[in-house]
Amino acid sequence: MSTASRFDVRLVAGVAAGKLSGQAIRLLGRGGGTAAPGLIANLIEPNILDKITGKVRGGRIVVAGTNGKTTTSRMLANILDAADLQVIHNRSGSNLVRGISAAFAAQSSWTGLPRGDIAVIESDEAAFPDIVRRVNPRLILLLNLFRDQLDRYGELDTIARHWRETFETLRPDQTLLVNGDDPALVAITEDLPAQRMLFGIKESRYLLPELPHAVDSALCRRCGAPLRYTQLFLSHLGEYVCDNCGFHRPGLDFAASDITLHGLDSVSLKLVHAEDVIDFSVAIPGLYNAYNAVAAASAALTIGVAPRLVTKTLGAFRSAFGRIERLSYRGRELVIVLIKNPVGFDEVLRMLAVGGLREPTLIVINDLDADGRDVSWLWDVNVEQLADGSSALYTSGLRGPDMAVRLKYAGIASERIHPLGDLPASFDQFVDAIPAGTTGYILPTYTAMLQLRQMLVQRGTVAAFWEQ
Amino acid sequence: MKLSICWLYGSSMNIYGDRGNVLALAQRCRWRGIEAEIVQSGLGDVIDSGRFDIFFWGGGQDREQINVSADVQGVKGETLRAEIDDGAALLSVCGGYQLLGHYYRPSDGDDLPGIGVFDAWTVAGNERFIGNIVVESTEFGELVGFENHSGLTHLGASAEPLGTVRVGRGNNGTDGTEGCRYRNAVGCYMHGALLPKNPVLSDFLILAALRRRYGIDGLPQLDDALEVVAHSTAVQRALVRR
Repeated sequence: MSTASRFDVRLVAGVAAGKLSGQAIRLLGRGGGTAAPGLIANLIEPNILDKITGKVRGGRIVVAGTNGKTTTSRMLANILDAADLQVIHNRSGSNLVRGISAAFAAQSSWTGLPRGDIAVIESDEAAFPDIVRRVNPRLILLLNLFRDQLDRYGELDTIARHWRETFETLRPDQTLLVNGDDPALVAITEDLPAQRMLFGIKESRYLLPELPHAVDSALCRRCGAPLRYTQLFLSHLGEYVCDNCGFHRPGLDFAASDITLHGLDSVSLKLVHAEDVIDFSVAIPGLYNAYNAVAAASAALTIGVAPRLVTKTLGAFRSAFGRIERLSYRGRELVIVLIKNPVGFDEVLRMLAVGGLREPTLIVINDLDADGRDVSWLWDVNVEQLADGSSALYTSGLRGPDMAVRLKYAGIASERIHPLGDLPASFDQFVDAIPAGTTGYILPTYTAMLQLRQMLVQRGTVAAFWEQ
Repeated sequence: MKLSICWLYGSSMNIYGDRGNVLALAQRCRWRGIEAEIVQSGLGDVIDSGRFDIFFWGGGQDREQINVSADVQGVKGETLRAEIDDGAALLSVCGGYQLLGHYYRPSDGDDLPGIGVFDAWTVAGNERFIGNIVVESTEFGELVGFENHSGLTHLGASAEPLGTVRVGRGNNGTDGTEGCRYRNAVGCYMHGALLPKNPVLSDFLILAALRRRYGIDGLPQLDDALEVVAHSTAVQRALVRR
């Protein structure tokens, strides 16, 4: 439909408002301007997202899950880009309807024609049903369901139920690409008209001996009995079977094996799909990033991207904004790793604690909406992993004192615990405490990371995030 | 000296960081040279009379609550009631608190029977009470935590509340009460986790247990500097924003 024959005034007004307010916000220096413009655009044209995305001819891919959405979406967008597709993607992790609308308004013409062949849309868990309804995706990539920000979502079961209701409305020409290692996701995607394919880890030498504390899907969703894991990789992800009713991990369409974790630097693995065997490595660490890479690769292969492009792109991938940052500052190396929820924090500590943590570490805990207002989650993290090390541990943030108490009850010697005041002063005190020429780790929650970022931008150390 | 902590239904009812309560009790014993063992007791497990000194029973998701309600009826519930009548220390939060009352009435389906330790009953509500909560209690001073529940708990004529709500909603958002007290048992809706930031309550439970098992009447003070700061910070945050 050409723009000459039909002029949708509301859509154009919505797009214009979205674009202009986004630019204004950035010019005024008031942040990345990713969510407010979307809010404004949606007020003018409530169906702005439906209308623009409907015109993306290569279709829409929605990425959802508790952990790894942003990293996986970025990886996937990069792979599709390498395959010469123009990708529309809601970067910068703004994954509610308003953030996605803003991204699309910014990446479309003034008349609401999207400038892209294909869209990769990262979706928040609660907004997922609404987003799927509006964007009519060809592929939905489901990563995992973990306990996260309990105060915002209430219970995990409610999310699962709303997702299932959404899946029941999908058609046979739509595909669900699901993490088969997550029993909750497998259970809620059974027996649907839509197509389902599974990715996961076939085997790994990095096994957990038992279910960690912060686990919420250890019961069979069909019959309620406890699941038995023949292999347990990460939190409740693994190869599982219910001895009571027979529910078990089905065969994997995309199976990863030969996984090697190279400390804080990278992960390499082999992915098998039908007759294809694809080797790749990606320069971000840990088993949870192995899952992200497998998810992105599987989605790309499903769309039809050539395996060599998958390998090449993932090999060149650098971490998404804020998730892991390395920078040199005042003669020290700082490594900043975002922590958002028990599983994520557990995995970060697990990586750091391998070999015993010696480097000074600053943990910054805020309790604003985006961090999760209920700090109870700190007690579901296996902080006890740090008890054996010798590193000095510093705490800061609006709920720094809660973290100091957590460290104390984790059995960490009081001489190692250093409560500091809030940012920005605590950052400088921490850097002073790192011996020159060595490394320090900073583990902030989301808004603390944004605060740190803003500080570092003001000091000229890092480019503004929305430029990446 | 040794105290035995029984973590009731810890593998199925353990959301919102309730594990911190068990940790707090165990560590505060150990720091005083008292050995502490933590024993998980779940579906189908027996509670032996006199075996445990402190019980902890946390919150869980609705579907787990159905299994637990059935499991705790009969001999198991009677034993638990008898232990509490005998002075055993107990902390319960959220789902555990509800099942220590007479019943929990879900929005649809049959009532889940409790064991009637607290003269209280809970009805599922439409609104979820989520936010910081500060409670004034005559016994334990100011308590601070975080609540997240849609159950509305009502106290009967003989029930004593844990305290009155200063910030937050509490038992039912209407009568200003939070939690319930009976002998050495405490029930409430406060996560946070509750005990780490409220050491007075932890020490009350430990002392009650020591008195019952060893006839001891005093507890050495610990250095609670970090806990005090965390407590007052949490209260400040609650006053800024519920």
